[in-house]
Amino acid sequence: MTRRTLAVVSAGLGQPSSTRLLADQLAAAARDELVRRGAEVEIRPVELREHAHDVVNHLLTGFPPAALRQALDTVAAADGLIAVTPIFNASYNGLFKSFFDVVDRDTLADRPVLIGATGGTARHSLALEHAVRPMFTYLRAVVVPTAVFAAPEDWSGDGAEGALRARIRRAGAELAEQVDRRPAATGPADPFALTTSFEELLAGRDPA
Amino acid sequence: MQFGVFTVGDVTVDPTNGRLPSEHERIKAMVAIARKAEEVGLDVFATGEHHNPPFVPSSPTTMLGHIAARTERLVLSTATTLITTNDPVKIAEDYAMLQHLADGRVDLMLGRGNTGPVYPWFGQDIRNGIPLAIENYDLLHRLWREDVVDWKGRFRTPLQAFTSTPRPLDGVPPFVWHGSIRSPEIAEQAAYYGDGFFANHIFWPKEHTQRMVGLYRQRFEHYGHGSADQAIVGLGGQVFMRRNSQDAVREFRPYFDNAPVYGHGPSLEEFTRETPLTVGSPQQVIDRTLGFREYVGDYQRQLFLIDHAGLPLKTVLEQLDLLGEEVVPVLRKEFDSLRPAHVPDAPTHASLLAAAGGATDSTVRAVDDVTGKAPEEAR
Repeated sequence: MTRRTLAVVSAGLGQPSSTRLLADQLAAAARDELVRRGAEVEIRPVELREHAHDVVNHLLTGFPPAALRQALDTVAAADGLIAVTPIFNASYNGLFKSFFDVVDRDTLADRPVLIGATGGTARHSLALEHAVRPMFTYLRAVVVPTAVFAAPEDWSGDGAEGALRARIRRAGAELAEQVDRRPAATGPADPFALTTSFEELLAGRDPA
Repeated sequence: MQFGVFTVGDVTVDPTNGRLPSEHERIKAMVAIARKAEEVGLDVFATGEHHNPPFVPSSPTTMLGHIAARTERLVLSTATTLITTNDPVKIAEDYAMLQHLADGRVDLMLGRGNTGPVYPWFGQDIRNGIPLAIENYDLLHRLWREDVVDWKGRFRTPLQAFTSTPRPLDGVPPFVWHGSIRSPEIAEQAAYYGDGFFANHIFWPKEHTQRMVGLYRQRFEHYGHGSADQAIVGLGGQVFMRRNSQDAVREFRPYFDNAPVYGHGPSLEEFTRETPLTVGSPQQVIDRTLGFREYVGDYQRQLFLIDHAGLPLKTVLEQLDLLGEEVVPVLRKEFDSLRPAHVPDAPTHASLLAAAGGATDSTVRAVDDVTGKAPEEAR
């Protein structure tokens, strides 16, 4: 049985947060589909609120404190990433952006990513398409077609069992499909590994 | 083992009174720190090289030449000399001249520099940082070892029949350290040439240092310069001391909180935990410093950063007193007793001279353009 891990990054600021609630439901949907496909799945939540100060310290000092290092390694080692942010001022919140600003370059290349967002009004829903998706595209991640936005009305009454639920299931299945067709993740790249020989470095000396 | 101080040469406001020293004061303070370092029994003074405010040391050999004339014993070094934006020909000339004037009390540490805008001021591009460091040093290495050099590369005009003068003192080039925080190519470069490797070890977690030194040692052995534990390793370190550790923390905190690089970021306590910074009593500094050996092995040079972030000269000189009187004598004794006999000391001019089998007069005699004869023949 293939073992798969899903990193679930949530940038909600409240506790409890509707952003985390959406993230958990997306993770469960992806897990259910992966299990149906015969995988064993581990879900590893990363609650950015807990790392907020460390993220800023990393931006200022250039290195992550130990707890943030673990969170970054969790993201780097996962087979799939679920990333959910509240929408502030028509975009991801600053914490979400700052966290992905300190993820090492190339970490998310070819990584299946499912994006989600929450907001005070459904009029924010396209922020997923004009802000969140382009950021992950820039990072060369494979963002699944269905992005999930949850507005206040989605959590109440019919919404909980209606359109939002169907969308979560579809998005989770799309992520599972992308994870399933890739070999298991090999973990974070070693930044201290020497990738060329000194002779090669020296040989670059003379273009002739 | 060698102990010393290295200075960035920043002009920074003293956050406790708002006072900003002039460039002149800061330059003179750096000289005072170097002289005090010798007076209290330290071995090495190293200056940074920077070409942008708020830093003053743009001309390290001018400063080190002056210090050489006012000291007797101190080894003069750099932290770091920019191998990317300086012309390697000028480095070869300047540091050979300094070596003669200082009677061999000179080595240098090469680094790339991480300030992007500086590169184009000197006709370079930070994206070529590693290739510049590789090519420029390869040329510098040859200029000190070959009297006449023909050379062609990517980054500077070719050389034909070029002789860098003066030739190194006694035919022995200054020892070179390569400094890097997290570029494995630089550890590889140091290992390839059998040069020293210096880990910054102040602003970053010890894991960086451990990995880089481990790689350097392994490759040093690979290239046949000796066993891994015989590689030449230097470490930075950052300390602030008072006899009573609470006093040290109380006095240093405003400097820490407002310091360039890490100020307004992590707390003093977090940064002390995450990096080698030690703020406390001399005994705490001794204990922490002895602990460095546990993750890098026996090493040859320990430099402390003690004069940045607006600390007044008087305070810095008091730090040097504590280092010289209470810390370094104990560290010297402890490190020496722990180090096995086959692990060498840091190379000095004397040890390199002995290894070379004695001095040679390396003077290159000029040939007269008109007569084709050397001056002494033409008489």
